[in-house]
Amino acid sequence: MSEKVEKRNKLAIITWSGTVDKLYPVAILSSAAAAGGWEVEVFFTFWGLNAIRKEMLNAPPKISADFAEYGPAVAQAVQQMNFPSWHELLRQAKTMGNVKIYACSTTMEMFGLKDKSALADFVDDVVGAATFLERSKDAAVTLFI
Amino acid sequence: MSIKPTKTIDTRGKFCPIPVMETAKAINGINIGEILEVLATDPAADPDIKAWAKRMGHEVVVAEKTPEGYLRILVKRLK
Repeated sequence: MSEKVEKRNKLAIITWSGTVDKLYPVAILSSAAAAGGWEVEVFFTFWGLNAIRKEMLNAPPKISADFAEYGPAVAQAVQQMNFPSWHELLRQAKTMGNVKIYACSTTMEMFGLKDKSALADFVDDVVGAATFLERSKDAAVTLFI
Repeated sequence: MSIKPTKTIDTRGKFCPIPVMETAKAINGINIGEILEVLATDPAADPDIKAWAKRMGHEVVVAEKTPEGYLRILVKRLK
């Protein structure tokens, strides 16, 4: 049994990482896609989910350990560029278009998070892998970040 | 012949994806057939706004570097 799936202008991202050097690409691609009328599905899991816990949003951002020595310089550059935080960009993306943001239910349980009230206000729903697969199967671009 | 924009947005000093996002917002503020002028310094604004316009069905009628060294992009709203 094979189901024919027509690809659409849809961007689907699994956000696994919790460091700004990877969260910025998630936010920048999502907002560019939203501005261009693409549908966007973002599924936050593991360290990505950790990064959207309410208390993490205002904490000093983490950078990948491999590049730790660049952390202060990057933080300073972002400030000098007057560039928005990655989560502010994602919030703006939501106001521009059809952007859906999900949190992984299994990771929620592992981190002891009861429901989405513990997470950033831009999270639409707590779902599982099957939901993400179903919603992203017709995405022209799918990324694991 | 110079084209007269209905509206101008200044994204100079802002970086990808902000110029495209601001262009997408501003195009809704003009009527079909009118021109939006976008000023930018981000070099990506030129290919990105062209790609965005192609995707959205609008037309980039002018994309030029001004004598002062910034980008001036005129987008005609087509739909």
